Amino acid sequence: MKKKLVTMFTSIGLIGAMCTQTIGCAANENNYIINVSYDPTREFYERYNELFTEHWEDVSGETIDIIQSHGGSGKQALEVANGLEADVVTLALEQDINQIRNAGLIEPGFVDEFPDESSPYTSTIVFLVRKNNPKQIYDWSDLLREGVDVITPNPKTSGGARWNYLAAWYYFEQQGQSEAEILGSMKQLFEHVLVLDSGARASTTTFVENGQGDVLLSWENEAFLSMEEHPGEYEIVIPSVSILCQPTVAVVDEMVQKHGTTEVSEEYLKYLYSDEAQELIAQSFYRPVNETIYAEYSSEDSDRTISEPPENGRWIASDIDLTDISHFGGWEKATEVHFKDDGYFDSIYE
Amino acid sequence: MRENKDHVTTKNLTEQNPAGRKNKIVKYILIGICVLFLFVMLVLPLCYIVSIAFGSGIRTYLTAITDKYTLKAMKLTITATLWALGVNMFFGLSAAWCLTRFDFRGKKVISTLIDLPLTISPVIAGLVFLLTYGRQSVLYPLLNELGISVIFAVPGVVLATIFVTFPYISREIIPVLNTIGTDEEEAAALMGMNGFTIFRKITFPHIRWAFLFGVVLCTARAMGEFGAVSVLSGHLRGLTNTLPLHVEVLYQGYDFTGAFAVSSLLVIMAVVILILRNILEKK
Repeated sequence: MKKKLVTMFTSIGLIGAMCTQTIGCAANENNYIINVSYDPTREFYERYNELFTEHWEDVSGETIDIIQSHGGSGKQALEVANGLEADVVTLALEQDINQIRNAGLIEPGFVDEFPDESSPYTSTIVFLVRKNNPKQIYDWSDLLREGVDVITPNPKTSGGARWNYLAAWYYFEQQGQSEAEILGSMKQLFEHVLVLDSGARASTTTFVENGQGDVLLSWENEAFLSMEEHPGEYEIVIPSVSILCQPTVAVVDEMVQKHGTTEVSEEYLKYLYSDEAQELIAQSFYRPVNETIYAEYSSEDSDRTISEPPENGRWIASDIDLTDISHFGGWEKATEVHFKDDGYFDSIYE
Repeated sequence: MRENKDHVTTKNLTEQNPAGRKNKIVKYILIGICVLFLFVMLVLPLCYIVSIAFGSGIRTYLTAITDKYTLKAMKLTITATLWALGVNMFFGLSAAWCLTRFDFRGKKVISTLIDLPLTISPVIAGLVFLLTYGRQSVLYPLLNELGISVIFAVPGVVLATIFVTFPYISREIIPVLNTIGTDEEEAAALMGMNGFTIFRKITFPHIRWAFLFGVVLCTARAMGEFGAVSVLSGHLRGLTNTLPLHVEVLYQGYDFTGAFAVSSLLVIMAVVILILRNILEKK
């Protein structure tokens, strides 16, 4: 009995100790910054953070820790707008950062804060198919064929999925279809969607690990990564048209002021444009914005099917017809027309 | 030990029932179904976890579980569990006491509300806290002024864990308190014992094992909680990731050895708890 009481009191003591510790954690005397990012950037930022920590130590003599959070881009934006204390956001598209701006956390004009519309790297949408392309999928129209199962994340929550959607839309537009016809084709396309995950990485897992579906509509970088992880099992197919994806980065003004991390957060994003970081970007299969480095990694042949990452490292297929978001009147308009509640997507996927 | 028990039962059946052989067949069929079911649902997946976790050698396993982020996740899981235990021990005892020793209006309502976390989906629990303490809540400016972050921070994880575990302790104690009744306590009170002494000398010895049993269940649930915590944590690696969330992060980062190694830690903890539970059940 006495023993029991002793243990009880020790545990109460322990809990008291934890109290102080937990609250200590919550207080903000940061030697870290939080980077809230989207799904497929895990591997890239893991490497970039090492590079940046060294750089920051050289510049300021201080050590800094970078804490990552990854998930579907829309979901991540929502969490930041709900109070997740991110110092910087590196999301899949401008519109998600607009959401955070609308919540009053980021000052307007963030798009012009850094070069190239605050997109230090770009990407595009490609198809990932199983080895030897058993269903013979070469272009967007093949996705509508009988018996083809498509995997894509949900455009409501995932940035990559919005790019997928717009790229498909652009293709049907290029085929000379009227708006009503495009809507019909899109509807047909989404009828072929087998699993609609909430983020790009979850979709990749569905396609690669769980073996579901015939084709994954994927970020180019994510497709190359899967190919590297599972050599000889997958092929990348580059469709005739696609879209230039511009993931956007921004400093979360309200939070950096609160944390006193303005300087380091700005440097964190600015350093993404340095030659070292741009090299790393290209090695992680993102398209660098630095033209010299872009040229170094550009492929010389014009194969439409890639079955392994090229040995010479020149993986960028630069002769694709890429549209971009301005074709859709910018993100505000595209969201209004396509993705908001009762927009086109809701009528396409019911 | 189980075989022994089975043996005794068969013997009894055969003695009592001339058609014992028929019963024997039924018995073996039922045992077969049980074993097969357990094998497919539990043993096979668990073996698989262990084999993948150790698949790349013991050294890889050790590296995986001593990784910086794994250790931090483990620390957070333990912190949240201890918090949940502390709060729920106090709350569970008080609730059980007041529900069994006093009569008041709305007693039924309270008793039902305590059970709510058992039936409500953890995701909803997470969302409720998100809306209550999030940026769009009326409480947010006040919390911000005080410098307290609740959601997407450690307190949020702790809150979620407390929420999903709070019925366990009181639910174990209430039936015991009801059975023993108030006679002994009343006698002690008549003899002039004060309240705390009554609790310590009379009531607590009766509910001791039920209480510990509740504690064990509460611990198990707290360590494994995923849904509510997932909504409230923001998945900040090394800051608000608990072990179950960390498993997900590792898995989605293609680190299967790591994911299964960390899972095996959770499995080991669960097995230890089960053993404790069995010991307590005997008492």
